[in-house]
Amino acid sequence: MARLNLMLLLLLTACALALVTSQHQARKLFNELEQEQERAKQLEVEWGQLQLEQSTWALHARVEKIARDRLRMSVPDAKRTQVVMPAEPLTEMMR
Amino acid sequence: MNFAASPVLALRLPLWRSRLLLALIAAGFLLLACRAVYLQGWNTDFLQQKGESRYNRVLEISANRGKITDRRGEALAISTPVKSVWAIPEEVQFSSQQRAKLAALLEMPPTEIDKRLNESTSFTYLKRQIPPEVAERVSELRIPGLFQNREYRRYYPGGEVMAHVLGFTGADDAGQEGIELAFNSTLAGKSGSRRVIKDRLGQIVEDLESIRAAQNGRELALALDAKLQNLAFSQLKLAVDGNRAKAGAIVVLDAKTGEVLALANLPTYNPNNRSRLSGAQLRNRVITDTFEPGSTLKPFTVAAAMELGKVTPETMVATAAGSLSIGKATIHDAHRFGDMSVTQVIQRSSNVGAAKIALGLPADAMWRMFDQAGFGSAPRLGFPGEASGKLRPYKSWRPIEQATMAYGHGISVSLLQLARAYTIFARDGELMPLSLVRVDAPLTGKQVVSAATARKLRDMLELAVAPGGTAPRARVMGYRVAGKTGTAHKEENGGYAAHKYVSSFVGLAPASDPRLVIAVMLDEPSAGQYYGGAVAAPVFAAVMGGALRMLGVPPDAPLKPLELPPDGSEIKEGV
Repeated sequence: MARLNLMLLLLLTACALALVTSQHQARKLFNELEQEQERAKQLEVEWGQLQLEQSTWALHARVEKIARDRLRMSVPDAKRTQVVMPAEPLTEMMR
Repeated sequence: MNFAASPVLALRLPLWRSRLLLALIAAGFLLLACRAVYLQGWNTDFLQQKGESRYNRVLEISANRGKITDRRGEALAISTPVKSVWAIPEEVQFSSQQRAKLAALLEMPPTEIDKRLNESTSFTYLKRQIPPEVAERVSELRIPGLFQNREYRRYYPGGEVMAHVLGFTGADDAGQEGIELAFNSTLAGKSGSRRVIKDRLGQIVEDLESIRAAQNGRELALALDAKLQNLAFSQLKLAVDGNRAKAGAIVVLDAKTGEVLALANLPTYNPNNRSRLSGAQLRNRVITDTFEPGSTLKPFTVAAAMELGKVTPETMVATAAGSLSIGKATIHDAHRFGDMSVTQVIQRSSNVGAAKIALGLPADAMWRMFDQAGFGSAPRLGFPGEASGKLRPYKSWRPIEQATMAYGHGISVSLLQLARAYTIFARDGELMPLSLVRVDAPLTGKQVVSAATARKLRDMLELAVAPGGTAPRARVMGYRVAGKTGTAHKEENGGYAAHKYVSSFVGLAPASDPRLVIAVMLDEPSAGQYYGGAVAAPVFAAVMGGALRMLGVPPDAPLKPLELPPDGSEIKEGV
């Protein structure tokens, strides 16, 4: 009887310690999860800021200005434009 | 010495001393027991609450306001977190060196900081909405009594180009104007909260419960095309500056879907920096302002007459004298045209011709035409402050009023209503409902006039922009264009101002299968020219040409360079 009680006592102690450890582990992991979620949020904020930056750089007015002034591009006038119609006119021409 | 032999043991002490001691100890235990019962029994809730509050925290979960994008997903409005620096002035202690550093970081003079701190003893904002990096460096100064909280600020990369459509939000991130206000419930997020356990380092170790889940605002894709919007805005700006106009407005509609592809107003403002705003800058003229449209309404008069079978495009109208007297009033044309066909009335924009056609119509038929074209009722876009214009009931019309309404006087419309009404001619008689947000499933229109009438009107409108019409400058190389000019005296103090005009142009292209409807309006052009064909038509042509190219619409006319008439030589319309 005494031996059984001793065994149960040992078992109980072991269980209690395991509970403490697993609780600790759980909290540690949860903390990690929390930090990652925080990071995800911050990355989202950064993404928003980068999107803002991108749309500022890609402003159509700015692109147009650079194309016109620095790259010296322009819309071709009528004399330099030829329209190619798909399908029907092409087959007619081949005939 | 043996303990047992100690003489002290032999002493006889009085019994009451040991009893007293026992009683005292018992009393002490009783006291403890009472205290324990008091704490555990009566006070337990309060104490547990106190204990929990040491580790238990309710955290706010912030929610983002949704993005606004154009139809291709390009960001037009984004919220990003910023910090506000506030202080409890009583607790603030800093050295003069710290004060100087703080002032430099907040970009304000040190005296301004002192002034703010003296305003109140318990709470004052030092500066709101500063970038997070700056806020970080402020907190590194470790000044006691200085705190920060997180706020959101909305940025509009498009700036003044999109200002009137998007509107803006206030300091508390709620919509105040434009789309931001109209779709506030969709865009705004709902912040949530949850209960957690924190350890002594302030790290969250356990999630207890979610009190309210946070809901991020939904993203909103507009019908707007950023590229087209930019084109429309820059062309409008050129025209407003070039003609020294007081204001200008332009709207581009997709005739196939009813979407608003571009909408711009001048004067405008920068939504990112809204200090010194005036009412004139804020006004969205396209949607909320009405004006007397002038000749752009003539096609509707003719359509009403054709629907009743009163006229055909070839019916001759006598406008011989170039003027028409009704009662005391006289209607004038800019030229004497002699007899002309209904087609020519539209092409040369004859007031007398339009008035004569109108006088042959019953008032209710004409009213029904205008009403069904959407005049006099708001276009129901869901936009704040949509104007419905003024269309009086036909029972109160006098003949002179019916005659002037035929060419767009005595009736007021918004530019958006006007553009929308032209979808009737662009879509074989169907009036389209409009949408500011991207439309995925095509909407259905309402048949207002027969397809045959709409097509005939389109042919007439095509002649109006051909050489010999009022708006040859509205032509676009490679495409067949149809449209109508409008020039009207401005209404002032109940009468018409002699030298103040509103010039407009509404048109559609390609005429063989219309894709776009564009309406342009310039308010008080004062650089000499004021006819719609000279002032508004070139804006239309530039925007239409660019837009059709951007959208990849196949040309329906030969690509020949256009020959424009010399300045001021086009046919003048009646004003």
